Formats: sequence, structure tokens, C-alpha cells
Amino acid sequence: MNNIPEVIRTIPLEYYLYFSAALFVIGVIGVLTRRNAIIIFMCVELMLNAVNVLLTALASYRGDANAQVFVFFIMAVAAAEVCVGLAIIVMTYRNIRSTDVQLLNYLKW
Amino acid sequence: MITALLLFWPALAALLVLLIKGQGAKKVAFVAALVEFALSLFALSGFNAENGGTQLALNFPWIESAGISFSIGMDGISILMVLLTTFLVPLIVLSSFKHDYKNPNVFYALILFMQTGLIGVFVAMDAFLFYFMWEVALIPIYFIAAVWGGENRIKVTFKFFVYTIFGSLFMLAAFVYLYLQTPGIHSSDVNAFYQLALSSGEQSWIFWFLFIAFAIKMPVFPFHTWQPDTYTESPTQATMLLSGIMLKMGIYGVIRWLLPIVPMGVSQWDELVLILAIIGIVYGSIIAIRQRDLKRLVAYSSIAHVGLIAAGIFTLNEQGLQGGVIQMLSHGINVVGLFFIIDIIFSRTNTREITSLGGITQNAKALSIFFMILLLGSVALPLTNGFVGEFLLLSGVFQYNYIYGAVAGLTIILGAVYMLRMFQGVMFGTKSEATESFTDLTMNEMAVLIPLVIMVFWIGLFPNTFLSISEPAVINLLSIINR
Amino acid sequence: MQEIVMPTNNQGMALLCLLVPILPLLGFILNGLGNRKLAKGLVSMIGCGTVLASFLISIYLFLDFTANGSQAYLVDYYNWISAGDMRIGFSFMIDQLTLLMMLMVTGIGFFIHLYSAGYMSHDENFGKFFAFINLFMFSMLLLVMGSNYVMMFVGWEGVGLCSYLLIGFWNKNTNYNNAAKKAFVMNRIGDLGFLLGIFLIFITFGSVSYPEVFAEAARFTGGIDSNIMIAITLLLFVGAMGKSAQIPLFTWLPDAMAGPTPVSALIHAATMVTAGIYMVLRSNVLYVLAPTTLEVIAIVGVATAVLAATIGLAQNDIKKILAYSTVSQLGYMFLALGVMAFSSSIFHVLTHAFFKALLFLGAGSVIHAMSNEQDIRYMGGLRKYLPITFLTFLIGTLAIAGIPPFAGFFSKDELLAHVWEHNKVLWGLGMLASFMTSFYMFRLVFLTFFGTFRGTESQKHHLHESPISMTLPLIVLAILSTVGGFLGIPAVFGENMHVLQNYLAPIYGYAQVANAAAVAPLHIDHATEWMLMGLSVGVAVIAALIAYVMYVSKKTVPVAEGERLSPLHNLIYNKYYIDELYDTIIVRPLMWMSSAFHRFLDVIVVDGIVNGFGKMVMQSGRSLRYAQSGAIGFYIMVMVFSIVLILFLNFFIG
Repeated sequence: MNNIPEVIRTIPLEYYLYFSAALFVIGVIGVLTRRNAIIIFMCVELMLNAVNVLLTALASYRGDANAQVFVFFIMAVAAAEVCVGLAIIVMTYRNIRSTDVQLLNYLKW
Repeated sequence: MITALLLFWPALAALLVLLIKGQGAKKVAFVAALVEFALSLFALSGFNAENGGTQLALNFPWIESAGISFSIGMDGISILMVLLTTFLVPLIVLSSFKHDYKNPNVFYALILFMQTGLIGVFVAMDAFLFYFMWEVALIPIYFIAAVWGGENRIKVTFKFFVYTIFGSLFMLAAFVYLYLQTPGIHSSDVNAFYQLALSSGEQSWIFWFLFIAFAIKMPVFPFHTWQPDTYTESPTQATMLLSGIMLKMGIYGVIRWLLPIVPMGVSQWDELVLILAIIGIVYGSIIAIRQRDLKRLVAYSSIAHVGLIAAGIFTLNEQGLQGGVIQMLSHGINVVGLFFIIDIIFSRTNTREITSLGGITQNAKALSIFFMILLLGSVALPLTNGFVGEFLLLSGVFQYNYIYGAVAGLTIILGAVYMLRMFQGVMFGTKSEATESFTDLTMNEMAVLIPLVIMVFWIGLFPNTFLSISEPAVINLLSIINR
Repeated sequence: MQEIVMPTNNQGMALLCLLVPILPLLGFILNGLGNRKLAKGLVSMIGCGTVLASFLISIYLFLDFTANGSQAYLVDYYNWISAGDMRIGFSFMIDQLTLLMMLMVTGIGFFIHLYSAGYMSHDENFGKFFAFINLFMFSMLLLVMGSNYVMMFVGWEGVGLCSYLLIGFWNKNTNYNNAAKKAFVMNRIGDLGFLLGIFLIFITFGSVSYPEVFAEAARFTGGIDSNIMIAITLLLFVGAMGKSAQIPLFTWLPDAMAGPTPVSALIHAATMVTAGIYMVLRSNVLYVLAPTTLEVIAIVGVATAVLAATIGLAQNDIKKILAYSTVSQLGYMFLALGVMAFSSSIFHVLTHAFFKALLFLGAGSVIHAMSNEQDIRYMGGLRKYLPITFLTFLIGTLAIAGIPPFAGFFSKDELLAHVWEHNKVLWGLGMLASFMTSFYMFRLVFLTFFGTFRGTESQKHHLHESPISMTLPLIVLAILSTVGGFLGIPAVFGENMHVLQNYLAPIYGYAQVANAAAVAPLHIDHATEWMLMGLSVGVAVIAALIAYVMYVSKKTVPVAEGERLSPLHNLIYNKYYIDELYDTIIVRPLMWMSSAFHRFLDVIVVDGIVNGFGKMVMQSGRSLRYAQSGAIGFYIMVMVFSIVLILFLNFFIG
């Protein structure tokens, strides 16, 4: 068994790029089209992970661990975000019996 | 050092006054203002009138990495403006003694705080300090006018505030641009600005950026519309501060921060500015003729007078500039006196409408005499202060262009028309209901008017006392402009 | 040619010169502060005493001047205004003309002060009156003594102020106040011209001081009638028009009769209104360089003389008649200046000061006796009650009508002789004015002092001769009006007997250099001179006789107010509606403009634009808030598209 970077390099870099771009766009479209807060939230996570994939792949190909550090950062931040975000969603649900973001338009003019 | 003391003493005194409860604050404020006047006289004694450069200077780094320094000092023009400020502020404070304003400690603290801003404008030798002080002077007057003013005060002072801030924004932009043109690590010192070699295209737009800021403050036609309303709605002390001192900031700004920095811009646009200023003279005078409210009448007359000063300094000849300097002093004195007299009349009769006044001279001889003298100063009768200024200014404008001089000279005629109409309506004729039991001046009121009248005659008879102080500075300035 | 004026180092002399104007100023301050506090006796002591002292000092200065070879000198006190190359000294120049004016002003001034002590004795503001009239003396003396045009301007505006204060002396009356304001504003119109003239003088000659300006002008290389000289002299003349009440700025003077009568005598007849003549005479060197201006002056002068005389024919107010007569006589003086008869002009100023002051004071005496009635239709037969006033008034009338040997004859005759030589048409018009002058003056005398009394019983009961303080000045002025003419005895009675002309000759020194032809002496043969004299006397006598026939033999009395007049009479009676004309073409449009500028231009247009900016900001805020929909999806979409757009732009453009 080779080390992990080598395993990663068995797949050409372009595939990673296409994959993460697709993943990112799916996330974006999800955020833009869905109204359920939880799904939007998941889509956001999807976008973050698309970036993570890309960072990991590039780190392997360039033999530079710095990018991996970013991945950890992103994961940590995402975890923190989930804590706060889910808590907010739960609170909203308790208040308006829904997680539809369209209903939360109190902040308009 | 004395300059720094002059600058900060009023602010310190303001803090002190803030701590005093009740009407005692006005006395403390008065003493503080007198001390400031004494300080300015002391500064004058250390001032060498032969020298045209900056004196009594103090310069230490303020934002060192950006090349911005806390640089203050005075030349002949600055010191005259400082003296005007320190002379008028105690009188303005004294003139308020008969009123019992609410929250007197705040009121007087704001006046003193404003004095720091005003003096700061006149002594600042660094562009950012100048801009800073320019705004410092604005904030207290806004609160004085907006809190203690008349019925429409909120709307009117808001307009005044936004209008002037709008103007100063252009000034700030121009200063930033100029600052970025200075070589090395940049500098915002006035002399660094003077040494800039700007293309005439740059000078042309910088001219307008700076001019708009100063023109709104003065105010020059057509940037004047905030002024009559603000003068009318503000409490009299604020009106005095605005008309007596604050509008000189605009003129001083032109002399120090516009003419020498963009001389080529000036030579491109001076014709237009002169025309605007002269329109302002005739326009303000004509409107003043039919005004019924005394304060508004004097406000419009002020537009006419300031128009003449503006026209005079843009001629860039020595008579025009010297006339502008001496007329700033004269106008400050006369207009403060006139507003005070209007305040006296208002406080006794509760009206400022000319039509409901009349016959006051039968009851108040002393008031008539003081009113007449200040009015004569204002219509530029020879041997009063107004004449010296108007004579030199008109002479300067006439040398620039005969036609402009002749049109600007209409102020001599129209000034007599509106001032005498006012005097006749208020003082002569038969008594009205409001003036039936008019009482003559009190000692306190005399104490304000006597120094003003002394200055009316002093400047009228011995203008060289002041002209000789500003002359080297004006010559120096002209040499920079014509470099 | 007279040498350039020498500065004097004589401290004593400088002090004396300064005292002449300062003493009345002191009187002004004392009386002004002590109004109502000081006793009336003390007030009149101060008021008259200071002027008398000035008069005595003036006499001393005059004697000293002639004793020391008539050398003009300059007394410099201090540097008043200096800015750049402009230096204006507070200084006096003493020369022949100045001394003549000083003597006239202080001399006549003193007698009028004396008269006022009696005339104003019942007024509560006695002190104020003396204060103002002393201030007038101060200003008038500055005007004539100043050594540069700016000093003259100081006095010039100063007398205008005093005139304003004194016309509106009884300031409870709105009509009086309006008259005062009118006088001041009209004078200021002239003053603007004067001021611009001063600037032009400064630009042309680099100085405003007489000796320097005149010396420069004598060396002037621009030739005769250059544009610049015409401009300077015309501008100065505009100033003179205002002060000396010439067409078109004359309407203030008749209204100025609202002031107390001594004021009318002193300011509006004898001294202030002649300031314009003084100014032209002082600047004679400039005027001889601009003959075109002199032509204009002559035409304006003769037009004023004729116009005012015609109005005088139909007036019924004793002071108004005298006022129009003053305007008319001033027109004569300018006519003389216009034909370069400078000395004749100042000669007429002098004799006019004597007889017109006398006439006004006499009129004051009549008004005093008639309990403030001024309408001659209600007078008549007064010579029985006021013998001294009648006699002196008659002398004044004979003098103004030009009957020999009274003062007016000499000056008017000399003046008209010069006009004859210059232009026959102007002479004819001058004779016409002379005819009318004689007519309306005798009409005045006959209606006032002859016939039967037409006033009320109570007025008749009250009639009395005035006190000694009032009759003494009348007598003195009557004597002066009788003998004053001998200062200028015409050449037909003996060569070189014209004392005044010989005395004043040095002041034309520069003019002689600048344009010798202009100041050549009168070349007129004796026969013509006799003829002219005969004609002018004849015309005056005929006019007097017509007046006698109309008002004494036929006992005609001018019709009462409200009765129908013939159209021509109506036109004259209403002063050709000139006041109404000015009201329509100047005052009303100005008032209309004031309202229109304020209500429309200022509030709606200029302020509208400013407020428009404010409204624009508010409006855009109001519109843009709709973008704040609250729909999160929309926000995010905008965000994503923006990011894509930025990336896109960055990729393709950056």
C-alpha cells in the first residue's frame, strides 16, 4: 500500500477539479433554489467540502501540506457553524413552526 | 507655546464650565473668554509685525508615519482673525447675560468649545489639522442652534449642517489629492502644498473642490440659501458667532488654502468668481430692501458685504486683499453689534417685524446713538470702520475691471437704502403698541456696545494699526501666488 | 505758475489748522452727550462759541497766509490708510480757495448758529440740534480743508449724513423721515460716481493727493479731451450733481426743506450744496483737460437753472420757492463752471451764500412769527409787523434778482458775460432764468409783505418781530448781501479791481500749464459789457414790475388747493411730475425686484435647487429600499451573480 498522497495522485488532477466544481455548483444551486433552511445549510456544507476536496487534491499534487491545514480549519469552522446554525434553525422552527427561509422576511424595509 | 495655549484654553475652560450648575456658568465663561482675550493680546505683543511669515509656531508630529503634523502658528492675517475671535467671544458671552437659557453650563461650554475650533482654523498650518478644526467649529454651533433656537430650528440647522458638511467633503477630497502629490513620505503641511507644481488642469478642478467648501461657508451667491434661515432661527449668540466669526473662516480659507495653492486655477476662474460675488452684492442688497424681519434683513445685508469681500480678495491685488482683511474685522464688529441691537429690541418688544416697531428713539436715546453708529459703520460712512474696508475693496475691484467696480459700488447706494429704511421703521415715526414702554439700555448692554463702538471708530480713524500687521503677510502671500 | 504746495513743519500752524474742524467736533460731542442735561444757554454757548472760535482762527490763518506771500501749504497729520502703493494721509491743504471756503463756511455758519439759538429755543431737542449742526461744520470743514480726494470724500459723506440727520430732525413725522432718506440716498448715488472718479484718478495719476494729482495732470500727455480725462471729470461731476442738486438728482433739495429753517439756510442753501462747485473748481486742472465735460456741465447747469426757475413760479410754500431758487442758482454756478468762468462761479457761490442764507433766515423769521405757517397764500401785509425782517428780506430779493448795487448783480452779471462770450444760446436761457428768478422772488415778497393779512385771527394776534439773536444775523447778512458784490468789480469800472479774481488766480496755475487757452481772461469790449449789464438789469426790473402789477395792483392771490389750474400751470405746480416719474421708473421696479428676488429667485429657484439635492437623496433612498426585500434567496442570488460577474470581468479584462 502506497502512502495516501500517491493514492490520491492515481486520479488525474482535472477530475478533482471537475468534481469539486460540480459539487460547488450543486451547493450553490441548492442554496439558491431550496427554501428549507436545513437543506440550504447542507448545501453550504457541500460547498465547503467541495473546496476541501480541491485543497486536498492540490496539496497532494504539489507536495505542500499547507493547504491541508486549511482543510482542517474549514472543518473546524464548519463544525462551529453547524452548532450555531442548527441552534438558530431549531429556534426558528420553535417560533414559526417552519424552517422555510421565505417566511423570515422581517428584515426587509 | 502661546499659540497652543490660545488654542486649548477655551476647550479646557469649556470642560470647567460644564461642571458648573446653574446660571453661574455664564460668569465663569465670561471670565474664561476674557482670559483668552488677554492671552491673544500677549501673543500680539510677542508678534513681529515686520515679518510676513509664520510666527509663534509650534510643530510636532501627530500621525508621524503619514507625515501629518500638529503644526500651528500665526502670520499677520491669522493673528488679526484670532484677535477678532477673542475680542468678540467675551462680548457675545456678555450679550447673553440677560437671557436665562436652559442648561446654561452646556450652552456656554459649547460656545467656548467652538472658540477652540475657530482659533484652530485660523492657526492651523497643516491641512488635516485645518480640516479637523473646521469640523470642530461646526459641531458646537449646530447644537447651540438646534437646541436653543427658534421654532423651525431642527429643519433649518439640519440643512445648514448637511450643507456645510457637503462642502467640506470636497475640501477633504482636494486635500487628500494634494497630500498624495507631495514628494517623499507625504506631508500635509501648508508650505508643502504651496510648493507643489500642479498642472493647470489639476489646479482647475482642485480650485472648485476647495472653492465650494469655502463658498458655502462664507456664503457666496448662489450657495447662500442656508444662511438667512439659520441666522433667523438661531439664538442671537449663535447668530453672532456665525456671522461675526464663522463666515470669516470661509474667507480666511480662501486666502490661506485656496489662492496660494492653486494660483493657476484661480487665474482660470477668478472672472467667474468675481461675477458671482458681485451678483451676490447686488442680489443680497436688493432682497434686503423689502425684508420685514430685522434679523433676516441683516442676514441678507451680510451676503452683500461678504460678496464684496470675496470679490476683493479674488482680484489678487494688494488693495483688494488688505481691504478684505480689514473688512473682515469691520464686518465682524458691525454685524455682531447690529444683531445685538436687534436682540435688545426683540427682548423688550417680542417682535422683530419692522412694521410693528417704531418711535423707539423717543424712549431710548442711548440705543439710538449706538444703533446709528453701527449702522453708519455698516453703510461705510467715512471715519467709521466700514469705509476703510469698502474703499480698499472697491478700489481693488475697480482696478481689476472698471465695470465690475461700478456694479459692486452699487452696494454704497443700496446699503443706504435698506439700512436707513430699517432705521426709520424701527427708530423713527410714532410709537407702536410694542414700543410704547420701551426702556433704554442697561449697564450690561452698554458694556457690550461700547467696546464695539470704540472699535468702529478705531478702525475708521486708524486703520493702519491693523493694516500694518497684515501687510507683510499679504505681500508674502502675493509673492507665493505670483511665484 | 504756482509752485508745488509746500509741506509745513510749523507745529503751531498745524495745531491751529486742526483746531478749525476739531472745535465744532468738540461742540458736537459735548452737546450730543449733554442733550437735555445741559442748560439751553450753555448749549448755545458751546454751539456758537466753537464755531466763532473756528471763524476767528480762520481769519487768523487767512491773514497769516496773505502776510507770508500767499504760499499754499500742506499740513500732514498722520498716515490714514495705506495699502500697497496707495497712501492716503489725514492732511489739510491751505490755499486761497480753501481759505475762502473756510471763511465763508465758518462765518455764515456762525451767524446761522446764532440765529438758531433764537429760532430753536422752544424745541425740546435743542442740544441735539446744536450737536448735529456742529457736526455739519466739522464735516464741511474737512471737505474744504482736506488735501486729497479721499479727505474731500470724508467731508462729502459727512455733510450728507448731517443733512440726513437734520432733515429728519423732527423724526416723528414720516414725511420728514422720507425726505431725509431720499436726500441721503440721492446723495449716495452721486457719491458712488465721486468714489469711482477717485479710483480712476488713483489709477491714472498714482495718487489721490491734490498737489501730486495736479502736478501730474499738468504734465498729462494724453492731450485735451482724452477719454480718461472725460471719464474722470464726468464721474466727479456725477458726485457734484448729487450734492449740488443738479438734473437729474435735484428732487431731494426741495424735499429737504422739511428740516428746521436754519438748516435750510446753512446746509441746503449756503454751504453744503455748493460743495459740488468747490469740487469742480478744486479740480479745475482736470476739467480744462476735458472741455467736453465742461460742455455737459454747462448744459446740465442751464437746464437746471431754467427748469427749477419755472417750478419756482408756481409754488406757494415760502421755503419751497427758496429751495427751487437755490437749485436754479446752483444751475447758474455750474453754467459758469461749464464756460470756464471759474472765478465767476465761486463769486456767485459767495454772494449766493450771503443772500440765500439771508432769505432763508428771513423766511424762518416769518414762519416763526406766523406760528409755523409756510403757505404764502395765508400771509400778506407782514411788513408792518416785521419791519426788520421785511427790509432785510427785500435786500436779499434785490440781490438775487440782480439789481445793482446789490451783491447778486455783480456775480450774476459777470457770470452771464462769460456765458455770452462762450455761447449765445446758453446766455439766452440764462437770461430767461434770470427773468423768472426776479419774478418769483418779487411775487414772494409782494404776497408775503404787501397787501392785507390773509391768515387766521390767532395768527394775526401772535405776529411779532423776532428776537435780537435772530435779527442780528439778518442785518449782518443784509449788509454782506449789499456790499459783497464789490469783491468783484467788473472791468468797465476800472481794471484790476476784481479783488476776488486776483486773489484766486494762483489756483489756476496748473490749469494754465495744462490748457492755457481754457483759462484765458475774458475778452469782451466795454460796450458789450455795458449792454449786457443793461439787459440783465432791465429784465430783472421788468419781471419785478410784472409781479408788482399782478400781486400788488391787482391783488391776485394764487388759487387755493383743489381748484382747477390750467394744464401748464398744473404741470409746473406739480413739478413736472418728476418725483412721480422717478417713483415709477426706479423706486417701484426696485421694490418689485426686491420682492421678486426674494419670493421667486431666492426661495424657489436657488433654494429650490439646494433643497432639490436633498430631496433627490431622500427619493433615491425611498426607491432603493425596495431592493431590501427580506428574501434571503434573492440576496444570495445577487451575491452569487455579483461574484461571478467580478470573476468574469477579472478574467477577461484584468
